[in-house]
Amino acid sequence: MSTTLYDKIFQAHIVDEIGDDALLYIDRHLIHEVTSPQAFDGLVQKGRKVRRPDLTFATMDHSISTRSLAIDACGPANKLQLQTLADNCAANGIELFPVGHQKQGIVHVMGPELGLIKPGMTVVCGDSHTATHGAFGALAFGIGTSQVEHVFATQTLKQSKAKCMKVEVTGPRPLGVTAKDIILAIIGKIGHAGATGCVIEYCGDTIEGLSMEERMTVCNMSIEAGAKAGLIAPDQKTFDYLEGREYAPKGADWDAAVAYWKTLKSDADANFDIVVELAAKDIAPQVTWGTNPGQVIGVNQPIPAPENFSDPIDRDSAVKALKYMDLKAGQKLSDLTVNHVFIGSCTNGRIEDMRAAAEIAKQGKVANHVTAIVVPGSVAVKAQAEAEQLDKVFLEAGFEWRLPGCSMCLGMNDDILGQGDRCASTSNRNFEGRQGRGARTHLVSPAMAAAAALAGHFADTRDFVGND
Amino acid sequence: MSNQTTPATTGISVHTGHVAPLNQANVDTDQIIPKQFLTSVTKSGYGKHLFHDWRYLDLHEQEPNPDFVLNKPEHQGASILLTRENFGCGSSREHAPWSLDDYGFKVVIATSFADIFYGNCINNSLLPVKLESSEIDTLFEAVAQDPACQVIVDLPQQEVRFNDQVIAFDIAPHHKNNLIKGLDAIGQTLELDSQITAFEEKQPAWKY
Repeated sequence: MSTTLYDKIFQAHIVDEIGDDALLYIDRHLIHEVTSPQAFDGLVQKGRKVRRPDLTFATMDHSISTRSLAIDACGPANKLQLQTLADNCAANGIELFPVGHQKQGIVHVMGPELGLIKPGMTVVCGDSHTATHGAFGALAFGIGTSQVEHVFATQTLKQSKAKCMKVEVTGPRPLGVTAKDIILAIIGKIGHAGATGCVIEYCGDTIEGLSMEERMTVCNMSIEAGAKAGLIAPDQKTFDYLEGREYAPKGADWDAAVAYWKTLKSDADANFDIVVELAAKDIAPQVTWGTNPGQVIGVNQPIPAPENFSDPIDRDSAVKALKYMDLKAGQKLSDLTVNHVFIGSCTNGRIEDMRAAAEIAKQGKVANHVTAIVVPGSVAVKAQAEAEQLDKVFLEAGFEWRLPGCSMCLGMNDDILGQGDRCASTSNRNFEGRQGRGARTHLVSPAMAAAAALAGHFADTRDFVGND
Repeated sequence: MSNQTTPATTGISVHTGHVAPLNQANVDTDQIIPKQFLTSVTKSGYGKHLFHDWRYLDLHEQEPNPDFVLNKPEHQGASILLTRENFGCGSSREHAPWSLDDYGFKVVIATSFADIFYGNCINNSLLPVKLESSEIDTLFEAVAQDPACQVIVDLPQQEVRFNDQVIAFDIAPHHKNNLIKGLDAIGQTLELDSQITAFEEKQPAWKY
């Protein structure tokens, strides 16, 4: 029978079948300070142990300062949470990359760059953006803290089979259109809950043409379409990315691994529950206007009018979103003054993102009324950017160059916005209050964020990159 | 009929209570419990921060917003939250069901739920009930007419009953069983230890 990539990975991890559910083996468990302490507590209460500390890796990312390496820099509650992670990892023999460690970074940046994520793996983390790792053809999904405890104790999870959605993007990518624009356009098309209950497989020549980092950006935001996970079949780019990385197989093991990884793709006649098609030529640089990631438009489109939505729930959501965002139907994005810019996060905090933003930043100065921060996704990204002197480009243009962490994506540290602030952000969620109570978030690509910083309002990056 | 949660060990069986109607789609977990409350390392104490941004006019939770449903006198003591599609979207934070439970909600009724949130509810004995959009409308209307309307959520029978209405709902049999019996999911899986070990022994070393 023809099967999808999802079917193959699922099948290869079944430990036991329980009614309609399967008990799946988990190959890689990533943890951080926010969603793990109660799970460790649960183990202690029941006298249980972490079954496979060797398959578990921890980092500090959410609750840390981007200005200081001190774990008490963001107050006693954050410090306690970070110290609790360190204590729990030490007690259970789990490798931790704490603040200041050369391997520290946002969990979804750190994992891939160390080669911890391989094709065909099952990967979980108490974090919804675990979908990022699907870029390697790994079945990767976010879990709650009860499930974190379940994986600690058993290295397995009970799972029902999800539906499978194929999202096919085809054709050459227009100049100035990034991976972020592709995924925002997909979410705009299928809606914020459009893939609920599904695993998405992204395919088509546009997707195949993306670099590994660009594929991570696409898969990262699968959850913003409601999907459980996003997958891209591994190919030569995947193998080239992994080869030589610290935790990648070596020698004869490498050859055996690649031989297996090459089998990981959907059969040509595999059946998908839902198929969605997009032409890359129809995608422009995207900007969200509302309070969920599906409320998104091309940079040159006007802010939509609620009455143009046929679904009454969409219409009602649009009314509420326009009010919160202080926008009017018909307004142009280029008329919207932005006073904050955030470049970073697990969506767009990798070296290619830094380069794309720097490419724009070097063309001018941050507008006087704008505070713009650049937060690399990991210590390794920061070091590489500094080796390329991108930090100097940013600093000379008037951006702040910070220490790695999740930062203003969700503001669990002191990188938070105030009431009424309007931010061009390369993060993944534009929910009400996400970056600060009463703050207004517009999701964009790194290039679009840098362009907004210079212009002081949204601007079309295609006016910066020219047509050469 | 019971006037509270019938204690079938620690599980859920039949719950009777009144409803807080939150007439909004796409309520995300950042709204349910904002990030500044996620630095705690325990599972308790989140109820007072539930829906913080909507519920309070100030950052210090001293000034309740009189327009928010949980602050209306007629909805005090509600134990059933009624809402609309895609409830619990966004982050995987289990602090969301912890805060709903800590506030006193036993049941959430919605048109649909985000996947991770739904699983988190099941793992915390908070009953998520999915109804059709038209059925949700009927329930909103009933609560608008009579905020004190008693609603019975019967998990064994898979029914929501109010006034003279009976609405059936679907739930996966294993979820239902775990909720009713209050089972320890990890304990169940640990009974399969030999199968897990056998699986591990078959894996090639290069895999990890």
